[in-house]
Amino acid sequence: MAAISREEVAHLARLSRLAVTEEELDMFAGQLDVILQAVAQVGEVAAADIPPTSHSVPLTNIFREDVVTPCLTPQEALSGAPDAEDQRFRVPRILSEDVAS
Amino acid sequence: MSDLTRMTASEIASLVAGGETSAVEVTRAHLDRIAAVDDRVHAFLHVDTDGALAAARSVDERRAAGEELGPLAGVPVAVKDVLATRGVPTTVGSKILEGWRPPYDATIVQRLREAGTVMLGKTNMDEFAMGSSTEYSAYGPTHNPWDLSRIPGGSGGGSAAALAAYEAPLAIGSDTGGSIRQPGAVTGTVGAKPTYGGTSRYGLVAFSSSLDTPGPCARTVLDAALLHQVIGGHDPRDSTSIPQPVPDVVAAAKLGATGDLTGVRLGIVSEFVGEGAEPGVMAAFRESVDALAKLGAEIVEVSCPTFAYALPAYYLIAPSECSSNLARFDGVRFGLRVGDDGNRSLEEVMSLTRETGFGPEVKRRIMIGTYALSSGYYDAYYGQAQKVRTLITRDFTAAFERVDALISPTTPSVAFPMGARTADPYQMYLADLYTIPANLYGGPGISVPCGISEGLPVGLQVMAPTMADDRMYRVAAALESAIGTFTPPAL
Repeated sequence: MAAISREEVAHLARLSRLAVTEEELDMFAGQLDVILQAVAQVGEVAAADIPPTSHSVPLTNIFREDVVTPCLTPQEALSGAPDAEDQRFRVPRILSEDVAS
Repeated sequence: MSDLTRMTASEIASLVAGGETSAVEVTRAHLDRIAAVDDRVHAFLHVDTDGALAAARSVDERRAAGEELGPLAGVPVAVKDVLATRGVPTTVGSKILEGWRPPYDATIVQRLREAGTVMLGKTNMDEFAMGSSTEYSAYGPTHNPWDLSRIPGGSGGGSAAALAAYEAPLAIGSDTGGSIRQPGAVTGTVGAKPTYGGTSRYGLVAFSSSLDTPGPCARTVLDAALLHQVIGGHDPRDSTSIPQPVPDVVAAAKLGATGDLTGVRLGIVSEFVGEGAEPGVMAAFRESVDALAKLGAEIVEVSCPTFAYALPAYYLIAPSECSSNLARFDGVRFGLRVGDDGNRSLEEVMSLTRETGFGPEVKRRIMIGTYALSSGYYDAYYGQAQKVRTLITRDFTAAFERVDALISPTTPSVAFPMGARTADPYQMYLADLYTIPANLYGGPGISVPCGISEGLPVGLQVMAPTMADDRMYRVAAALESAIGTFTPPAL
């Protein structure tokens, strides 16, 4: 049985903000199925009582003195922006027309 | 003067320090070599000729003024395009960052500059360091200098190929699942993954933050150690950086080079010497084990049963982290923006930008990660993978109670032909079978050339406990002293 359907891949692409094409959906559906079936092997390990590891370094809450240090100028920070205005990043509209009006 | 491009970094450094050659002369020799061979190898995405010569001139001026210079002053280095370099294009092998010139340097790049090394340029890589062949670079593949029809490994194929093609004596890589060690193995060069947290990730474009580890690449173990010492150590700008000094890896490499491993216990990972590896790889590995035993090392076999599940665990954990990390590529603050016609919404523009800017492997991993993290699947996939990670760590801990270091082949096969695995993404993943456990555990690993199979180099991997990076350098240097280095056919 397939681990994942074409429709589920389309849903994942939407969640991932990827405007994938129909051809890509066909390709990815097969490939993701192979990958997911293979990685599902982790389920064979008896690990019910095992704590999870998210990180190999047991460090928590790294603090530093609250001292002002040199940082990027607005011009430097905006130097790679696709669009900028008044020292700010300019973005496409975030609300739909009827909400905005 | 004999060919400067054939020398080791330590040889070059001592010639520069002694005034027998200049940093400018050394840099020109390497730039000339790049100009002569890189159209065939394609190790570099960007060659910073002016920046390199300016840095070299500065080293020569400082030396002339009697300044005390570091152990690698005047030595050229190639930097994987995953590290931010101020004013110098940084693409991560992706179209989504084409043309981006970072406004700051990664900590490692800053340390390279302060040490007086000369950055030649940025090396090719699989897009966002996701791949094992450098074929997933959006700017075309890198070719293995041993056989131009074969892959140089990945993701850091550019850095490894630059070394093997004598375009640079030193290079920087980053290793999330083997991206330094596997390219090292298949190009006959040395690649070291430091302890996670032993080298700064500040300015390293994030792929999988709990695994990403920048590190040194070189043609000899001592050179790798010298570079490790320069780039390593605590960085307050990386909150996962370990606040301890780097173990003395240079002294360890020198000790190893004396060829004495008396009293050192090495464990062969049983799970990695079975049927999975090519016979030629196993033959080279077995000969090297004999050589290590002759140097006085005690060799035992150690079983690490959970290592068999490292690959599937990794291909859940790394994509999960990547799906989160790569959310920052939204067409707002840097890089590409596609479809902003004044009518489309932010979300539509974001989706078109990411669709256009990311290649297929990056998209696959983002979607796998999104899947593994979604409610209903989280426990069975990501949660379970994190538990397996705990068990892998326990296998390492138990093994290091019995032995000082673990050894295995670095890769199951020699460099495969280009195009052989691109149609089957999971086959590509298998190239990292032996390197991934060390990433999940966080300990250091090094690949050192150990022989030839079918005319192509084979690597031996040494893995050590966390913050015992010196141990792996000692063993690797001892092996190198016994069997020598390997030179590819002339290009």
